[in-house]
Amino acid sequence: MSAAIRVQGLVKQFRQVRALNDIDLEIKQGEFFGLLGPNGAGKTTLISILAGLTHATHGKAEIMGFDVARDYRRSRRALGMVPQELVYDPFFTARETLRLQSGYFGIRKNDDWIDHILDHLGLTEHADKNMRTLSGGMKRRVLVAQALVHKPPVIVLDEPTAGVDVDLRQTLWEFIRSLNREGHTVVLTTHYLEEAETLCERIAMLKQGRVVALDSTRNLLSRRHEHQACLTLDGMPPAELGLKTGAGGTWVYVFQEYAQLEPMLAAIRKAGLTVQEMQLAEPDLEDVFTEIIRNS
Amino acid sequence: MTAFSTLLYKELLRFWKVAFQTVLAPVITAMLYLLIFSHVLEERVQVYPGISYTTFLVPGLIMMSMLQNAFANSSSSLIQSKITGNIVFVLVAPLSYLEFFSAYMLASVIRGLVVGIGVGLVTVWFTELPLLHPVWLIFFTALSTGILAALGIVAGMWAEKFDQLAAFQNFLIMPLTFLSGVFYSIHSLPDFWQAASHWNPVFYMIDGFRWGFFGLSDIPPATSLLVVAVCFVAISGFTLLLLKRGYKLRH
Repeated sequence: MSAAIRVQGLVKQFRQVRALNDIDLEIKQGEFFGLLGPNGAGKTTLISILAGLTHATHGKAEIMGFDVARDYRRSRRALGMVPQELVYDPFFTARETLRLQSGYFGIRKNDDWIDHILDHLGLTEHADKNMRTLSGGMKRRVLVAQALVHKPPVIVLDEPTAGVDVDLRQTLWEFIRSLNREGHTVVLTTHYLEEAETLCERIAMLKQGRVVALDSTRNLLSRRHEHQACLTLDGMPPAELGLKTGAGGTWVYVFQEYAQLEPMLAAIRKAGLTVQEMQLAEPDLEDVFTEIIRNS
Repeated sequence: MTAFSTLLYKELLRFWKVAFQTVLAPVITAMLYLLIFSHVLEERVQVYPGISYTTFLVPGLIMMSMLQNAFANSSSSLIQSKITGNIVFVLVAPLSYLEFFSAYMLASVIRGLVVGIGVGLVTVWFTELPLLHPVWLIFFTALSTGILAALGIVAGMWAEKFDQLAAFQNFLIMPLTFLSGVFYSIHSLPDFWQAASHWNPVFYMIDGFRWGFFGLSDIPPATSLLVVAVCFVAISGFTLLLLKRGYKLRH
């Protein structure tokens, strides 16, 4: 079975700037994959090459085994891309927009599927309104719908939830998850790392056009072993306990193994203090991301 | 629907939805030209024997309106799509550069034709036009609007801002169309300007088109058709080359 996306030795040079620097990446069919990185890391450039919006300087990229340059018709049919920018055509309604997009992919009479997408994205009552009159969130939903009109096996979402409300996020992820369960490969870029942590099975992190980490979300999270206990005490702890000051008068204890926690609590009791409240914090993707990006 | 026919349909729908601006306005403008010039010059100028100045003026006005609107259609559609970003919807689709070119060109030719027919219908009140060589008219119309449509695609690809497109329109298209013999015969010009007019391809479009109506022209119509056909092939080839490379569309 061919990979959903295969990228080999991909380089993109914009005059003085090397946006992608020898990227190798393979995303399996059916994966929910996260593409993370700070601004300017090359995520959008990579997606643009996959979608045929940008020509690679060197290297090759394939969607479902179809080369994006040589076999662009089939590779584009296999890909649905939600662009980062909130773009729309002000001449048309949402439904006209979706019908036109279907036609661009050579699909006639797509109304049943269009109705299905409109319904699942909460757009049915706005379908016949001009795009100009829709709110930002609704326009974003139409963008997602446009990427899905041709039922692509691979869906790429470039920061689809940037600046949108909680309702849309939930509606969107529910729908995208259901598509992923049906076998669609989903590639997501986002700055909301909790979304990537919750949704993605595997994650690639990019920095300055290079892949600096590529692993399953679980393995990435387990790279960072530090846990934190945030304690509210009824007095000032002795300095030798090594507690750091936290927010709101709390004290923070950083430890590697849970076995270290009980001795610390015992030391606090021995110092004549009582723990009034305690919260444990696990390392999250943001910690891992920050560490990897800082150290790479 | 195929990708090509969808893009063509979208381009037609785009200008038809704002037909007041894209069709009616140029028809009114042409009518104003006709009213003013025919009122001022009707008694003073006779270009061809037996043909009044108003009658002489009408074919040139029709052709000029068709050319300007064929250019405006493809260029404004492309620059708007580029600036608003919705060009991405077409670029991610499995369309070849040839389909892209054909759809934009055909839509622009059709807009030119619709405006031309509109101007022709309005001028019925002013004068009665003979129609001696309709087949030649079809060739001159198709090739000439095709040239301006292709130029519009090039301008739309090249321009990054609306003022760059306006410069293209005001400093190239307008002078070429106004100085092409729409309002006069080049035989009434001094020698230098007569010679200069022969370097203006729009002159051949207007002169050949006028021959289709009257059977009279400044130069032989076959020469005009040849020049127009060569220009069409050259600009189309150039445009296709740019589109194939994705010039300012695919980075």
